[in-house]
Parts: sequence; structure tokens; C-alpha cells
Amino acid sequence: MTVAHDEAVEHGHPEHESTGVESRKLGMWVFLSSEFLFFGALISNYLIYSNRGGFEGVYPAQIYDIPFTSVSSFVLLMSSLTMVLAHNAMSRGDQNGTKTWLFATAALGSVFLGGQVFEFTEFIVEFDMTLTTNPAASAFFVLTGFHGIHVAIGVIMLLSLWGLSRRRQGLSNKGGLNLEMVGLYWHFVDIIWIVIFTVVYLLSTVPT
Amino acid sequence: MTATAERPQTTIFTRPKSTTGFWSWITTVDHKKIGIMYGYAAFLFFVLGGVEALLLRIQLSQANAEFLTAGAYNALFTMHGTTMIFLFVMPVGAAFINYLLPLLIGARDVAFPRLNALSWWIFFFGGIFLYSTFIFGTSVAPIGADGFGGVDGNLAAGGGPGSFNFLATSPDGGWFGYQPNAGPLYSPGTALDFWALGLQILGLASLISAINFIVTVFNMRAKGMRLLRMPVFAWMSTVVAFLLLFSLPIIAIALFMVTADRQFGALFFAPTGGGDPILWQHLFWLFGHPEVYILVLPAMGIVSEVLPVFSRKPLFGYSAVVFAGAAIAFLGFGVWAHHMFASGITPVAQAAFGLATMTIAIPTGIKIFNWLGTMWMGRIRLTTPMLFAIGFVAMFTIGGLSGVTHSIVPSDWQQTDTYYIVAHFHYVLFGGAVFGIFAGLYYWFPKLTGRVMSEKLGKTQFWLMLIGFNLTFAPMHWLGLQGMVRRTWKYAPETGLEPWNVAVTIGAFIIALAIAVFMFNWYTSKRRGRLSGLDPWDARTVEWMSPNPTPEYNFAVPPVVERLDHFWHLKYDEDEEGRAAPKPDMDQIVAGIEEEQLNPKTPIHLPNPSYFPFFVALGIPLMFYGIIYHTTTWGKAMIFIGGLITLSSLIGWSTEPLEEPHIEHPEPDEDESGEPAEEVSAS
Repeated sequence: MTVAHDEAVEHGHPEHESTGVESRKLGMWVFLSSEFLFFGALISNYLIYSNRGGFEGVYPAQIYDIPFTSVSSFVLLMSSLTMVLAHNAMSRGDQNGTKTWLFATAALGSVFLGGQVFEFTEFIVEFDMTLTTNPAASAFFVLTGFHGIHVAIGVIMLLSLWGLSRRRQGLSNKGGLNLEMVGLYWHFVDIIWIVIFTVVYLLSTVPT
Repeated sequence: MTATAERPQTTIFTRPKSTTGFWSWITTVDHKKIGIMYGYAAFLFFVLGGVEALLLRIQLSQANAEFLTAGAYNALFTMHGTTMIFLFVMPVGAAFINYLLPLLIGARDVAFPRLNALSWWIFFFGGIFLYSTFIFGTSVAPIGADGFGGVDGNLAAGGGPGSFNFLATSPDGGWFGYQPNAGPLYSPGTALDFWALGLQILGLASLISAINFIVTVFNMRAKGMRLLRMPVFAWMSTVVAFLLLFSLPIIAIALFMVTADRQFGALFFAPTGGGDPILWQHLFWLFGHPEVYILVLPAMGIVSEVLPVFSRKPLFGYSAVVFAGAAIAFLGFGVWAHHMFASGITPVAQAAFGLATMTIAIPTGIKIFNWLGTMWMGRIRLTTPMLFAIGFVAMFTIGGLSGVTHSIVPSDWQQTDTYYIVAHFHYVLFGGAVFGIFAGLYYWFPKLTGRVMSEKLGKTQFWLMLIGFNLTFAPMHWLGLQGMVRRTWKYAPETGLEPWNVAVTIGAFIIALAIAVFMFNWYTSKRRGRLSGLDPWDARTVEWMSPNPTPEYNFAVPPVVERLDHFWHLKYDEDEEGRAAPKPDMDQIVAGIEEEQLNPKTPIHLPNPSYFPFFVALGIPLMFYGIIYHTTTWGKAMIFIGGLITLSSLIGWSTEPLEEPHIEHPEPDEDESGEPAEEVSAS
């Protein structure tokens, strides 16, 4: 029964990473697969209610400001680009570039969040559409609200990484993995927004 | 192994050191200790849920009984269901998976030990949060709200004859919390908020552990442990983890919607504002049906381990059993509306969901025939775990057959909301899941304690439980077909339902007696049970190659797996006729393995304990209390304080390395097996 075993086995990591993907990264992928169902349920909710006629009050589709949301969507998409640039800089060992692009990503994310705050305020104050107006409005606020929370968490993680990258030694190997994981999360949040912007904003019509 | 540049930082706390005593349990990241805590907590909730069931049965043992008030009855059946599902069967599954999964795949721990501790603590605080409704919750039925309150409303609020009305402060909307009954209009107290937010916390715990288990299975397997060499229990754990991963986000959304309705005036399910109560049913059962398989698949995995060992045969059709398990999980996402045949969904939907439901019988049937095939021509040893496993197969088959009758839509219309349904799901969840759980507890008890549980008491428990179980739940079939409806706290004497109800109540108390025998057996065997040695059952799978009780490092030498049932093949050869024959030096082989596994040649380093999982989890229920009382100042303060605790602990967590890279290792701390202290190589 004695068997040959290598150094790694001796040290308590039997056949570490059978898949070849680092465990924490794999964990992030698995988590994101669950998140798709989370947003899938939210978007379905919105579609169910926004297509029903006869509610009192304003429907979200009546008051969308498509040009404005297009701009903030563009900002969020660009943040995916800067995220890729940060990752690229990290893999080239360019600590300065990593720092810059991380900050740019967080900044673009914050601009998007600012846009969302402005949009919500406008809907509530000018058009008198709140969470309690009708089920379509409830679904809109809960969906976009949860997306906004996801973006906010992403911005916090980006800023933490940025803080770490400002140290003299920059981001370590482990920090590089963190950057990759935050990147995965960030791209996911962007992809979800593309779906939301298309399905919820662009294709949404007011039921008759 | 990458060297980390970071210096070990201890930002908030110094690193916990204790390996025994109170703090070792609070700070542990050892999957075995976490599994044990899960197990004991789940059993505590099992007893609570059982007491609730007994109170319900006392009320029903007599026509027009005045033992419980209507309000107490509603609260108790809701908490019985919620407890048994979310606080007993799910966590006990987590207990088994936690303790066994790394052992079954030859690993030293799960992929994320601290995350594992976090899931456990979130679960634990979630359970306390849910049960704190008995202290803090209020349940006020509206009077005359939209014509639905009135006299009945008063009764549900606790008026009317009977006692135990103080229990009516807990949720009373059923474990399924149908809307709008569980919405703000018809359940204005806080009890249903405790329910919705409590389940949210428990779901978070399950989601985290699902991610952990999936990564563990994919990344932590021992050398040679290919996916199709994994024991079936490891496979079923994986399938359950995927079910959790894809069904929990849906119930999370649904529960968020309920909370938004109840706390912030959203209109998702309010019929007065155009909300759609049927949407709640869709979302709930889209989670709820996969949940059924989340509850039963671990038991199926346990039985698939126990039957081959005590039949002295390999599992018949290993890959068919594995794929059938995956097929059940896959189909489980496409049958949810069979819970809703009476809700007015279209005939096409009814036909489609009816057919889909029937197809689930195919993979389930494959499993049952494979279990029978395993026992067929085997040299069967009727030990306690084997009895429970056979009991599982028999009782689960009965439950499965009555389940198929629900897929026939017109028949289901007759059965909906009668005791026939109650009989069915107790046959699959008690006759199925719980029998499987007891098979597993008896089978793996030596891994926890190094001792074997008493066979005499075990068999007593089995026969008491089998008789009690059938006396309790078989008559419910006929009661249901005679028209006894669920969830009513009274029936009139003229209905003639009383005799069978008396039998059911007697059966329930026999089950309680069986559980008492089990507890006594556990307690005494833990102290005085026969010593098990390495291989008490002549087992087949690699977890038995680690000594009993399991040392902290699991395997001094991780196994290198050459085939399915690796351990068994080390002990047995084939003779000329292709039959299994023990190797002549089998005893020496087993002794050699034990010797090797008890004495690590090199120091083994393990993840260090940590305070942070406990404190991250601690903040979460505080925030959720705050949400319930968010209109008050101290409610807002709770959200802030809870958030602060969780956030600062998360920061501490992220700056704390998993393994402390200190230079010299202290002398062995005391431990039951006296293994050397973990040592360190740069992480």
C-alpha cells in the first residue's frame, strides 16, 4: 500500500487543483453561475409585471430616458475595457499601469452609480414613480437596485485592490489572483447590465 | 505553492491558538468539527420539530379537541415544516457532507476551510434568528380586512378555546408561505418577517457551502480519484451542491420580494395593487421542488454506500446510479408546477408538468432496482445501518409510488390539500431521508468516536421506528382519501375520522420513543461502545483507510486511488471462478494501513483556526433584526452595528493568511490522537 507520493501530497494538498484552475477562481465562477439565476429571476419578474396592463400610476417604460441611460451604459461598458487593461498590466508586471487602470475602473463604476442615483431621483421626484406605485415599478426598482448594489460592491472591491496596489511593493501574486477574481465579477456585472439595458430599457413597451 | 510576500498580520484579533475547549469550537476551520456542530445543531432542531409535531398530534387525536388554539396550531405546523426542512434535514445533510466529503475523496479538508466555518455559523445564527420569533414575533390577524378576517381572523389570532396560545407568536403561513396570506395585509405582525428573513439567512449559508463543496470535489480529490471513482455519496453531495447553487437564488429573490412587500410597501403579491400571488407559487416551487431532491439525495448517497458493504457486493450499476442521481436533479427543475395543479394554470401546462413528473419515476426506478440488484445474491449482514438502508428503500418506494399518483392531474385535484399529500411527503422525507440519515449515523459513528454503536439498541430503535412510522403515516393515506384536509386544527366527530387519527397519534409517540432510544444509544456508545478499530464493517471506500476516530489531518498518507472501491480491492482478490476472496494476509494489510495512517512521517500543516467566520456571521442576523424594525431608531442602529461587525470582520479576514507562516512550530497541542502540531511551509 505504500505508494509514491510527491512533495505536494506530503504537505497536505493532495493532487491540488485537479481541474488545473485555481480553487478561488473556480469558486468565483461557480458563484457567478448562481448569480445568473438570481438576475434571471429578477428580470423575469420585471417582464411579467411590465407587460401587464391596467395598473394605476406610471409604468417605468413611459418615463425611461433612453439617451441618458445609453450614456451611463456606455460608461459601464468602458469600465470593462479598463478592467481588462488593469489585468493586462498586472500580467505584464506593470504595477503603475495596474494602479491607474484599477482606479479608472472604479471611477467609471462610480459614475454609473451616480447616473443610477440621478435616474432614481428623477423617477421618484419628477414622475412620482416609487417602489409602491404599482407592481411594474416595484419590479423595476428591485431589479435595478440589486444591480446597483452589485456594482457598488464591485467598486468597493476595486478600491480595496487599488489601495493595496498603491503600496510600494505593489500587488503580489496573490493580489494578482484577487485582481483576476474581481475582474470576473466586474465583467459579470457588466454583462448583466447589457441584458438589463436591452430587455428592460430598449425592448420594453407600455402595455395597452 | 506560492510564497506570499505579505507579512502575517493580525489586525483585530491575535490568531486563535486553542485546539480544545470552547474557543477551539468557535474558531475551528476543521471540516470534521464543523460537521459535528452541524449534526448536533440539526438534531436539536429535529427534537424541537418533533415536539411541535407531537403537540399537533395531541390536538388531532380527538374530534373537536381543545388542546391547542387555532393560532397555536397554525404556528406549530408552520414551524414543524420549516424546522424539519431547513433546520434539520438540510443541515444534517450538510453535516454528513462536511464530515465525509473530504474523507471520501481522500482530501485533508474542503477547498475553503474558513468559508466552511462561515457557512456553519451563518446557519447557526439563522436558526436562532428564526426561532427567536417565539420571543419577539407578533402575529396579529386583521379583523374584517377585505372581508377575509372577521370571526376566522379572530380565531387565527388566537381567540377561541384551547391553550398554548403563547406559541402563536411564530410564523403561521405554512412552510411555503403562500401569498397573499403571508403578505402584509393578512399577516401584519412581525412573525412572517422572521420567517422570510430567517430563510434568507439559512439560504445564504447553504449557498456558500454549495460553492465550497463543488470546488472541493473538482479540485481536492486524491491522486487517481477520478470523478467516476468517487463513492456515490460524494457524487450525490456534488449533485446536491449544484441543486442548491441553482435553486437558492430563486427563493432568495422571492423572499426579497416578500420582504419588500411587507417592509417597504412594494406590490409584488398584493392582490389589491395588481400583484400576482400565483407568481409567488411559481417562484417558491421552482425552488421548492429541487429542494425536495436536496433533502433526499444525500440519503440516497448514504444508502448507496451502506448496501454494498453489508451485501458484500459492489454497488450494482455504479455509473447508472450516479447518472440517475444527476438526471433526477436535472428533471427536478422542470416539474415545479405539479404543486400547483389546483391553482388554475392552463390545461397545456398541467399536461406538460404531469408528464414531466412521471418521467422522474424513471431515474428513481433505476436507483431502486440497482439497490435491489446490489442486495440480490449478496451475503447480507443485517446490521443496524443495513436495516435502516433497507427500510429506506422500502419506505421510499411507497412514497415514490404515491408521488406518481400526483402526476395524474384529475387525481391530484382530489388529493390536493388532503392528508394523502401529507402521507406522501412523509414517506419520502421521513421514510426516505430520515431512515437514510440514521443508516449513515450508525454506519459512520466509528469515524467520529472510534467506537461502534450498540446493535441491540440500534435494532430496537429500527423496529420501533419502522412500526411507529407506518402507524403514523400509512393511515394518513386513507384519512386523506376520506377527505380530511390539511392544516385545520379541528374536525367534527360526525366525520368518522377519529379512530385513524388516534392510531396516527399513537404512532407519532412510538417514533418519539425510537428517537429516545437512539439518543440513549448515542450517549452510551460514545462512552462505552465496542472499539471499532480501522475497519469495523469490512468497508469498501477510502474514508475507512483513515484511523478511527478520524485524526485532525485525515490521512497521514493520502491514498492513491487505483479503482472504484479502492480499499476493498486492497483486501480482496478474485479466485479462479471470479468470486471475491479475502487475501490471505488481509489482517496484516489492514493493520499496516492503520499503522501508516496513524504515524505521519513528516509534519502536516493544516489551516489555522480563525475568529473571523464567527464574527462575519454574527453581524448578519443583527442586520436582519434591524430590517424588521427599520422604522425605529434602534432598528436602524442594529443595521449599522451588524453591518459594521460583518464588514470589519471581512476586512480582518481578507488580511489574515489561511496558514500562519510562523517559523518554529510549538510542541504538539493535546489532541485525541496525539498527532504532531501542524507545521508550516511558506503557504
